[in-house]
Amino acid sequence: MVALEAARAPAGSSPPGRSRGMTLRGRRTRVAYAFLIVPILFYLAIRVYPTLQAFWLSFTVEGSPGLTLANYSRMLQDPIFWQSVYNTFLYTIITVPIEMALGLLLALGIDRMGRFRGFYRIIFFLPYMTSIVAVSWVWRLIYARDTGLLNEILVGLGLPAQGWLNDPDQALLSVAIVMIWQTMGFSMLIFSAGLNAIPKEFYEAARIDGAGGWKMFSRITLPLLNPTIVFLAIIGVIQTLQTFTQIANLTGGDAMGGPLHSTASIVVYMYQQGFESYDMNFASASTVFLFVLILIVTLIQFRVLNRGYKL
Amino acid sequence: MTAAVHVRSVNLRRRRRVGTAVLHVVFLAGSVVVAFPFVWMILSSFKSIQDFYNFGFLPSVFDVSAYQYVFTETNFGRWYLNSAIVAIVVTITNIVFCSLIGYTLAKFRFPGARAVFILILSTLMVPTEMLVIPWYVSAVHLHLADTYVGIILPGVMEAFGIFLMRQFMLGVPDDLLDAGRVDGLGEFRLWWRVAMPLVKPAIAALGIVTFLGNWNAYLWPVIVIATDQMRTIPVGIALYATAVSNGIQWNTIMAMSVLTVVPMIVVFVIFQRQIISGIALTGLKG
Repeated sequence: MVALEAARAPAGSSPPGRSRGMTLRGRRTRVAYAFLIVPILFYLAIRVYPTLQAFWLSFTVEGSPGLTLANYSRMLQDPIFWQSVYNTFLYTIITVPIEMALGLLLALGIDRMGRFRGFYRIIFFLPYMTSIVAVSWVWRLIYARDTGLLNEILVGLGLPAQGWLNDPDQALLSVAIVMIWQTMGFSMLIFSAGLNAIPKEFYEAARIDGAGGWKMFSRITLPLLNPTIVFLAIIGVIQTLQTFTQIANLTGGDAMGGPLHSTASIVVYMYQQGFESYDMNFASASTVFLFVLILIVTLIQFRVLNRGYKL
Repeated sequence: MTAAVHVRSVNLRRRRRVGTAVLHVVFLAGSVVVAFPFVWMILSSFKSIQDFYNFGFLPSVFDVSAYQYVFTETNFGRWYLNSAIVAIVVTITNIVFCSLIGYTLAKFRFPGARAVFILILSTLMVPTEMLVIPWYVSAVHLHLADTYVGIILPGVMEAFGIFLMRQFMLGVPDDLLDAGRVDGLGEFRLWWRVAMPLVKPAIAALGIVTFLGNWNAYLWPVIVIATDQMRTIPVGIALYATAVSNGIQWNTIMAMSVLTVVPMIVVFVIFQRQIISGIALTGLKG
């Protein structure tokens, strides 16, 4: 390969042209480096160095020299940490499949809405693009114990008022509902794009062969949507593992992640340790945990979801 | 035989029409549920505090005092300005840097090109949550905490945007660039005048996603911002609302939410085609 190129170069250009080519190439390399020097420095300073610093912080304790595992052993012995990890898993298992299923149903149905299609697309997508903070407070008002709409409706129907965000048994589910409400429009959008990419001829051929609606869905639509499903599952899980803003605003105030840590996620735990207790070293340990978790989940998902069909 | 087929297809068509009608009802009900929080937000912003305790669907008196309060007693206008400054600056820097870096990585062959690309892409694996602590420590050291530079700096060129722009710049024909070189255009102008106009859809998508992301950003701003003057809208609402959450000023909080969300809804309805295709594009490329 190298010999081939070396053999081709002198044949293709006369000696003066060749030397001119060399300087041209050298000049363009200099231009490339000139364009890239600021970005490279930026990435080293704002991404790479802080990543290493996060690892380093997690293995040190303020005021004592040398590396230590103290942060990690303290973290692993903290029941609140494990509660946050457990909650984060619950958020993921609850929200990702539901928002994907709803998104797929919406995407399948919206094509049959005729001239209302654009209207429905706006409505279902609206929650995804509006400020999480602002809408979290609207939901907090809807969930409120005494003044909230949901309890007014329940009481009006003669049913007992519920605690919602104030009840440790219901709070996590209440937060999860808001998360599903926000993200299903995004799933709908991506599924719509995936559905549009499936050639119509496949369905026509299947119809001629006498295939019913369900059979076409399970034999054509689902297999061909596999790349879309993999994509949505991966970014859905990764985003849910990083959940913070909804929880901070739905439960923040007296006790973020409450009641009784029942809604705390890993990032809420990190925030409280780092920016409420101001123990940056200890908080860094939990972010390293999150980093490793996201890495593992990504690798597992690629393997599991790709088993059936090739991307 | 043909009659039987005919009956079957008529039945099928009728079943399909009934199915579509049911679907319309389901979609209508679903959209009412999904849109309801927005309706409730607007209605609640026009209620007086007492109205929240004697329940009614509509405000008993149409009360605008919450809006007066927001504009006279809080820094909301300033937060709005801060959000606009941050989102606009970050959007511009991302468009300029990501397209220039993407162009260089796609169209120049030089030693180390692959290493630079991998360096940038590999940072995508590191969650922001892991970086905010080192960022905060450095921001305090460098006296950048609670400044625009501090809020903006970490996001000025996102790896995802670089990846997106590189993918699109690969499609710019080399012949066109060479023709430009023959005409004596410098490398910088080639990028700006020849390559940039060819990747407009990608630039629009990147701009929309970057603007939305920064307009709504919360985790890093809430950490780096200290004073009321420097707050962006999400940080301002969150801290105001948590501060008053004991004697809750629901109407004021809802008025702030309306002032944040309604302009976004209007912009979204006007540019929905561009915004939706932009998000679908960047989503699919990610």
